[in-house]
Amino acid sequence: MSDRKLRPPDRNRMFATTILGLIVTLVGAACSGGAGGGGGGAGTTTVTVGSVDNPSMTDLKKLVPDFQAANPGITVNIVTLPEDQIRQQVTQDVATQSGRFDLFTIGTYEVPLWAKLGWVQDLAPYIAKDSSYAPDDFIPGVRSALTYNNDLYAVPFYGESSMLMYRKDLLSAKGITMPDHPTWDQVAAAAKAVNNSSSGLNGICLRGVPGWGEQLAPLDTVVNTFGGRWFDQNWTAQLTTPAWHDALTFYTNLLKDAGEPGAGSAGFTECLNAYNNGKVAMWYDATVAASFFTGAAATNSGYAYAPTKVKDWSGWLWAWTLAMGSASKKKDAAWTFMDWATSKAYARLVGTKLGWQRVAPGTRTSTYSIPEYQQASAGFAQVTLDSISHADITHPTVDPVPYIGIQYVDITEFQQLGDQVSQEFAKVIAGTESVDAALQKANALAQTAGNAYKH
Amino acid sequence: MKIAGRSILPPVAGRGGERVQTAASVSRREAWARRLPLLPAFVYVFLVTQIPFALTIYYSFFSWNLLKPGSFRFAGLQNYASLLTDDLVRSAVLNTVVLTVCVIVISVVLGLAVAMILNSEVFGKGVMRTLMIAPFLIMPTAGALIWKHTLLNPLYGLLPYFLTPLGLGRVDWIGRFPMVTVIAVEVWRWTPFMMLIILAGLQSQNPEVLEAARVDGANALQTFRRITLPMVRPFIELGALLGSLFVVQTYDSIYMLTYGGPGTDTTNIPFALYLVAFQGFNIGQASAIGVVAVIITIIVATFALRTFFTIFQVEPRR
Repeated sequence: MSDRKLRPPDRNRMFATTILGLIVTLVGAACSGGAGGGGGGAGTTTVTVGSVDNPSMTDLKKLVPDFQAANPGITVNIVTLPEDQIRQQVTQDVATQSGRFDLFTIGTYEVPLWAKLGWVQDLAPYIAKDSSYAPDDFIPGVRSALTYNNDLYAVPFYGESSMLMYRKDLLSAKGITMPDHPTWDQVAAAAKAVNNSSSGLNGICLRGVPGWGEQLAPLDTVVNTFGGRWFDQNWTAQLTTPAWHDALTFYTNLLKDAGEPGAGSAGFTECLNAYNNGKVAMWYDATVAASFFTGAAATNSGYAYAPTKVKDWSGWLWAWTLAMGSASKKKDAAWTFMDWATSKAYARLVGTKLGWQRVAPGTRTSTYSIPEYQQASAGFAQVTLDSISHADITHPTVDPVPYIGIQYVDITEFQQLGDQVSQEFAKVIAGTESVDAALQKANALAQTAGNAYKH
Repeated sequence: MKIAGRSILPPVAGRGGERVQTAASVSRREAWARRLPLLPAFVYVFLVTQIPFALTIYYSFFSWNLLKPGSFRFAGLQNYASLLTDDLVRSAVLNTVVLTVCVIVISVVLGLAVAMILNSEVFGKGVMRTLMIAPFLIMPTAGALIWKHTLLNPLYGLLPYFLTPLGLGRVDWIGRFPMVTVIAVEVWRWTPFMMLIILAGLQSQNPEVLEAARVDGANALQTFRRITLPMVRPFIELGALLGSLFVVQTYDSIYMLTYGGPGTDTTNIPFALYLVAFQGFNIGQASAIGVVAVIITIIVATFALRTFFTIFQVEPRR
């Protein structure tokens, strides 16, 4: 290098600057910053709500001024984040008892776990203060999912089960009528009959994207109705049983034979797009999906209960709820907001201000008797209400289980276990692993988690 | 090898500080007068980088699961020991090596090719250069989303659309070839970086030398192999090492494209750390992975910085 002739120094320095600049850019990009929210004005209490960014919570954010008009002493600051991020943030917050969020949205999965750990506040004393709150009006399946030791620890803001949605016109073109309570065999037969890849129409859309709240949710309901379970009464993993083998084989074969292309990356949104664009004739997913239908999907859809095999009523149960952190220092103000946002009157407020199709489903029975709501959700309201009412998280399977939860197992390890197992199943869907190999691995993972609960 | 009289870095990194003192032989007082204004920056950098790191090392010796209150207890080297037996970590290390090596090799080769084109007198050079840099300036998350949805989606993606005549339409690239997809996206992102650095090297080439080679009867290939390549070699080394430093830490595109799957096929070390820390909330284990990852990065960084200084050393020698 020593005998190399160099160009005039100014050019060289320019390159040095370029490279240095690049490094600075990279380092800068690596250090992202986050700014915290501000506090409230003088004399007011600020309630901080950590919320998942689903449409119902976005509507709540819009209606906060209505609350503040009635409660000038309370400022509400809603922080919305995507589901996986809010779950992390809130978990960190409550696990360290830092009290950053006074209220947060958690699912039916977290409520009993966190109630047991003392991370969320028992709401019974607060509910007792408001005679008009009517906790008995909550749909029974949801209410029992949020109850721990006979007390409510969270109140539902949105609830869902799962159902089969299908295009009546596309099915009747093949001479198929879908019964109200179909079996999975009937659904598979119908899917294969309408499937026509060359014309860009597939039989059914099912979630395939890995994640315990994604692909594993519908798959778990299939496993349950096929007679499978995660653990027996002694917490021995049951994933190598014939029921699991049959269920997973059925699910992946159905996807292969008549499912959407690219099933490995299809989640709720992808399936919704495919269904709305007439690319699939059926879709088994959350009951809320029907509220997002447009065009032919909105006018020509039929709704059936979750398909079954052995066990009846196989639909899942999920609710987004508002819970109060036990470390909150503003519990009274927090309750005032919670009370307002989950009251009977709130559904009417959303209906009159934002439109009746925007009312969050699956929380209060009384909502379903409002004529305007019945009209806006004609077709799927009854299926939604019945499915949620019949979903029993304490008896999710054919054989008895030591855990609660339909499309999940209510233990702290399940988030990671479910994701890992779901990743193995994704390989089966992609065709790079056999059903047996995936179930062997999944069983070993489940057993590791189950060992913590063996006596 | 002689060391440059002026250091380009502020005198905080030990060796740089000594250099200023001895080589320039200024009095202690003056040295401190020069350092003092830099001190706040140094203290700030120290606080925000070293305290979290020290805490991470501390936690890595504890068994601590956030979801299980009361699980906090001293575990010695258990977290490190389980790294050796953990399938997730083992496949993560392997995936990181495969990803880094493939991305660096391919993007250096492509980057060199593009740099050669841009260094020649080609029409529309300025526009081409700007277009070539673009992938590097797009946010990794946004870039990954464009690849996932606009380009590769089997239903409405551009690539399946164009490949339909070849019978390759509706192929689920991300599901079927996850690692290839991630490598392709990362190569797309890092080629401009390599190109910029190598282009800098090519443009510092003395045209007289090339002219002399031509006069001596060397053909294009010989000129490239005997003159250009040795000349830009340090730049390629620098690009490769700096690149590997960042590619080892690839996280955004994996999160967006494959979420580490299917299975653990694209789970690299940073993503494994994310899973352990934020899906399992196993802080102790995650800290141990973090410490190991930092050690690996420091090793790569040491080589990178050494190459970096060899390039800048030649500047004062005229």
